[in-house]
Amino acid sequence: MTGTVNTQLLNLACGLFLLTAVGVLWRRELSALIGLFTVQGLALTGIAVLLAADTGSGEAAAVAAGVGILKAGLLPWLLRRVLHRVPEARETASLVNVSASLLAAAALTLLAYAAARPLVALAPSPTARAAPVGIAVLLIGFFLAATRRRAISQIIGVLLIDNGIAAVAFLATGGVPLVVELGVSADLLLAVLVLQVLTTRLQAAFGDTDLDELRELHD
Amino acid sequence: MSPTLTLYLPLVAPFAAAGAAALLDRRVAAWAGVAAAATILAAGGALAATVTRGPAVAWGLLRADALTAFMLIVIGAVATVACWASVHHLADEAATGTDSPAAARRYLILVQLFLAAMSLAVLADNLGLLWVAVEATTIVTAFLVGHRRTRASVEAAWKYVVLCSVGIGIAFLGTVCIYATAVAAGAHGTTALNWTHLATHAAGLDPDLTRLAAGLILLGFGTKAGLAPMHAWLPDAHSQAPAPVSALMSGVLLSVAFYAILRYKTITDAVLGPTYTRTLLLVAALASLTVAAALLIAQRDYKRMLAYSSIEHMGLVALGAATGSRLAITAVLLHILGHGLGKAVAFCGAGQLLATTGSTRITAVRGLAGRHPALAGGFGLALLALLGLPPFSLFASELGIARAGLAAGHGWAIAAAFTLVLVAFAALARHGAGILLGPPDPTPATDPPTPASRPRTASIAPLALGLAAAATLGVTLGPLQDLLHAATTVVGGR
Repeated sequence: MTGTVNTQLLNLACGLFLLTAVGVLWRRELSALIGLFTVQGLALTGIAVLLAADTGSGEAAAVAAGVGILKAGLLPWLLRRVLHRVPEARETASLVNVSASLLAAAALTLLAYAAARPLVALAPSPTARAAPVGIAVLLIGFFLAATRRRAISQIIGVLLIDNGIAAVAFLATGGVPLVVELGVSADLLLAVLVLQVLTTRLQAAFGDTDLDELRELHD
Repeated sequence: MSPTLTLYLPLVAPFAAAGAAALLDRRVAAWAGVAAAATILAAGGALAATVTRGPAVAWGLLRADALTAFMLIVIGAVATVACWASVHHLADEAATGTDSPAAARRYLILVQLFLAAMSLAVLADNLGLLWVAVEATTIVTAFLVGHRRTRASVEAAWKYVVLCSVGIGIAFLGTVCIYATAVAAGAHGTTALNWTHLATHAAGLDPDLTRLAAGLILLGFGTKAGLAPMHAWLPDAHSQAPAPVSALMSGVLLSVAFYAILRYKTITDAVLGPTYTRTLLLVAALASLTVAAALLIAQRDYKRMLAYSSIEHMGLVALGAATGSRLAITAVLLHILGHGLGKAVAFCGAGQLLATTGSTRITAVRGLAGRHPALAGGFGLALLALLGLPPFSLFASELGIARAGLAAGHGWAIAAAFTLVLVAFAALARHGAGILLGPPDPTPATDPPTPASRPRTASIAPLALGLAAAATLGVTLGPLQDLLHAATTVVGGR
């Protein structure tokens, strides 16, 4: 594979990665959100695979495989299980309407490019130049977690934040060391498991997974 | 025992106790938990003896210098009090039938995993591993916060996991930035995130990226340390968790998160100079003190009152860290230990108060001194310790933080901060006096409280132990003096 093809594929994966995040803001049905999240996991795996092919290191290949299993396999499967257990929560209401959300996504992407300047300036390789995409997805994740009112959409927001950081790590540094990556993945998987159980408990305690109902605790 | 073995003891002991909790009877397992906590304390002491005399102990991914040894002592000391209180807490729950044996088992296992995660956080030389350990504390404590499965505790657990995961995610982005600049400076693989490597090679790091990383790290770990304005989860989680868990979360988890900030501060200060982190920490400190003082005044729930007091004390810790002189850092470390002990006793006392009265409202527990003098004594003395009155060590450390700040020329910040501390003091003292000496609630709650268990004399013992330790520290530091000095040097107090 020539270098240019590799770079183009990488850009394609990064584009898909950002596009799925914007898509998450656009759609309301939770099953569509999970579908988009799966595609995003695949795009992230693509980025990891391309970088591993670039360096040709076995460790990077193992990390790429792990990312694929976790982000495009296990996590979407867990999310679908949550959705299955709380069947009445099909759609997620947003505090902000769709067009405003998309405008916000555009603004957040611009902000990401501004914020990531030191990161890009440090390593002016083609991969590092794509790093702002990761920050953009992270900011969109924040926006999603802050404006959507369903438990599952908030979990997806947290996962988008994590995907964004993982993309920054891959694009700017070629991936964090294996032992750290392992720990981070284990933490993420356990965190989603905990959130899954808590979603069921929310449902049991409040009869709903609408986060606006969480008003027991205040000063 | 060889020092490298001691390095692994704080991890092995809680895991062994967790195993015991999975297999053995509740009573035996609870005491095994106390033994594990005491082992962490002993290992911290043994490591302290080694590293104050010689170089840091390192093996594999773990490393212990004076700061690590000190933090292990904090974890061990507070955990001993909290685990001992857990023994009585679980006995109470079993007696009143509020907890099934399975729930007690889960409680004991999770508490031990929590201790192991905190020990790993302070023992990790690799900053990536430090992050993993801090995130792991969120995961294992999630079900402890939501232990009771009431609406309030499930809500608290949800907010806790979501806000802390997001916050700690920001810290991971900061870690990635540090990694990026270290790799660009020529480091490879795991070494690039080793604190020892970064501290010695700080000169090669890129200032712009380090500045970005420093901000993200402070925001991320600051969330976990309960610094305002990222504190929203703290009062909910600390008020809903079972009392001994609140004691651990408030007494040590906040400081372990702050320990991460101190570790990064040595690196970022070497690259950027102290001004940048100082400004950020000062803002966070004053914001925390303001939030705590404002919300303490009209507080109606005594567990939330203790939670806001934690935000106040973390604000003081941030204030001292911002000053950054030798005196300030020593005072900060002493404050961490003193606050850990005082807050652990206060929360465990509050737990017994809740078990006795069935309510967390301040008005419902008025006139405690007349009804339960021993418990009132323990709780009252813990409040005095938290107010910063002698002979408890918080008096000395608050004085140290103030003096260091004035000497460094931060007169305005110190004046503002200690005005807020005074407001918090007045609020806490008023509520405390009401609880201990106030007239009992004239309108008893319409629904009679849950079958009230009388506080047993034995359950006062862990409270007395914690108070005695806090008071002794206020009088003399003893062998801790050398350790504190060595740890201050590690943090880079000038």
